[in-house]
Amino acid sequence: MKSLGSIRRDFAPWNDPNAKPYIQFDKVTKKFADFIAVNNLSLTIFEREFFALLGASGCGKSTLLRMLAGFEEPSAGRILLDGQDLRGIPPYKRPVNMMFQSYALFPHMTVEKNIAFGLKQEGMPGPDIEKRVAEMLRLVKLEQFAKRKPHQLSGGQRQRVALARSVAKRPKVLLLDEPLGALDKKLREETQFELMDLQQELGLTFVVVTHDQEEAMTMADRIAIMDKGEVMQVATPAEIYEAPTSRFVAHFVGNVNMFEGRVAERTASTTRITGATGAQIVVDNGGAAAAGSDIIFAIRPEKIKVSSKKPADAVNVLEGEVYDVAYLGDMTVYHIKLDDGQIVRASALNASRITEDPLTWNDRAWVSFRPDAGVVLTR
Amino acid sequence: MTNIAAAASSSTETAAAPPMTLAKGFVDRLVIIIPYLWLLFFFLVPFIIVFKISLSQTAISMPPYTPVLDFKDGVAGFFAGFRELNFDNYTWLTQDALYFNAYVTSLIIAGISTILTLIVGYPIAYGMARAPATIRPTLLMLVILPFWTSFLIRVYAWIGILKPEGLLNQVLLATGLISQPLVILNTYTAIFIGIVYSYLPFMVLPLYSSLEKMDYSLIEAAQDLGCPPTGAFWKITFPLSLPGVVAGCLLVFIPAVGEFVIPDLLGGSQTLMIGKTLWNEFFSNRDWPVSSAVAVILLLVLTIPIMFFQQAQAKAQEQGR
Repeated sequence: MKSLGSIRRDFAPWNDPNAKPYIQFDKVTKKFADFIAVNNLSLTIFEREFFALLGASGCGKSTLLRMLAGFEEPSAGRILLDGQDLRGIPPYKRPVNMMFQSYALFPHMTVEKNIAFGLKQEGMPGPDIEKRVAEMLRLVKLEQFAKRKPHQLSGGQRQRVALARSVAKRPKVLLLDEPLGALDKKLREETQFELMDLQQELGLTFVVVTHDQEEAMTMADRIAIMDKGEVMQVATPAEIYEAPTSRFVAHFVGNVNMFEGRVAERTASTTRITGATGAQIVVDNGGAAAAGSDIIFAIRPEKIKVSSKKPADAVNVLEGEVYDVAYLGDMTVYHIKLDDGQIVRASALNASRITEDPLTWNDRAWVSFRPDAGVVLTR
Repeated sequence: MTNIAAAASSSTETAAAPPMTLAKGFVDRLVIIIPYLWLLFFFLVPFIIVFKISLSQTAISMPPYTPVLDFKDGVAGFFAGFRELNFDNYTWLTQDALYFNAYVTSLIIAGISTILTLIVGYPIAYGMARAPATIRPTLLMLVILPFWTSFLIRVYAWIGILKPEGLLNQVLLATGLISQPLVILNTYTAIFIGIVYSYLPFMVLPLYSSLEKMDYSLIEAAQDLGCPPTGAFWKITFPLSLPGVVAGCLLVFIPAVGEFVIPDLLGGSQTLMIGKTLWNEFFSNRDWPVSSAVAVILLLVLTIPIMFFQQAQAKAQEQGR
């Protein structure tokens, strides 16, 4: 069986300096009447990559997708697809297809006519169209719905018709605008894996726009985190989560604890940080932070250990009391109020059914973490 | 298991339902009864009177037809009058080619006018629907604005524009486009202009409402799939606006067939339309029975497109679009 998840160990063209970029945004700017949607943005996407544009609404991710589809032209900069400049090429001549957020299924056509629409425009001969449509219907498991009209289908079925229609022409790139946004949670999770399988099967390049970090983390090979028309970080899901390069990214993806502080001492292997309220933290990976500079130390809740006695051997130990406990079944989330007033969020996996020495409200507690557990952020 | 539960719940529902449905049913029925009463008093009763007159004979009296059905001579007198009714006027309509020609001409003129109104109205409605949302109410207002002036005055104004020494000819002569004034007034062309002008809002409004609610991403999807803009219009926009096209066409066609003012004022004496014929029978010849028969036949002729309209509406509603 195929491994689920997006970790494809053998696929990492972004690490290969000789790899040929497939889609290139080259210093692209898009201005609308009164605001800048995309600001001097450069981005490279590789062939057969599953690429996600992640950001809050209004961050410019949809504009980026619409420029790739040809519905908007960049105000400045170039977009290259397979080496070809796309400027001036109308949407109906671009070798990309889009799956719309609203699905945009033609309400007066049956499912099979919807899927055949693009093929007819291409001038494909009738029997070939029939064959391709049948193949697409099989791919999205809608064979028995071929003669239905969109309003006779459920939301999930419409989504699959939209998908079948957009891949029927075998585009070089498939653009997906919030492809799972209208589905309920359970269906969304199933469909995520279906989309990934489909991308593998067809060997297409997918560019997906989403505001759902879980969706992006699950499906994408790489994620571009966007904010205010700019790319904040482009990396694999694991890198985005474990090694964010800015406060924005650390905050945007997952939960995080942030300590404001200053680099007190910097050696080749360790960085000692003095927290704003006096806490001392030692880390391995100081990054670019120079001695004396103000930084943020960010650490994920699951990297923090909570204990009722002071751990003897830990490098970083902070003391406080239990402020809040939330039992979630698979894990327990603690909010520890440190003696300096800061609240730290820590989560512990409930690996065994019975916890010896459980912590509860107002108990004294010690939080500890390894020197490599967090990251130092300079911006 | 679920079936039993469903059956149980439905049985409790029916047990609890009667008082509620009774009250609700009464309100529902009342709401339906009001339009039915309206139609009964202001459409069905007048129609029966007109139909009765169409079966009578013209007479020099007050009212100008016989028999007059009343109870002056008791119930027997009423039934005696009833027996005098006959279909002679309808037979008469088939014997004089004038009426047949007037019906056919009216249908043809109304048909051509409807197509012309559609051709003029569609781009207007399309432009309005694609205009920025902020100026759409203003555009809508401009379409409705002519209604603020009397219909009669607006048609009169066209006489001033179209007559040989009128505004249009003056402008065309002054610009040197023509050397002889065009004869437009008192021709069928003038009738077409009048109908297209007067009925344009009835075409534009339903078209606009069907185009305005259309999701623009459908056009983008069509283009994305390789369809150039003109193709996308004919394959997506136009088919989806068909309910509006049908509604607009019938709203123009039905009143245009029986139109009297426009052919009378702009068409002159040479043009023949059924509305004018009806008016002449009624006021010039004072032949109420024949004019009533003309009206009844006109109604029957128009019932066909009205039924077509109803069916199209029901279909559009069923599609939920």
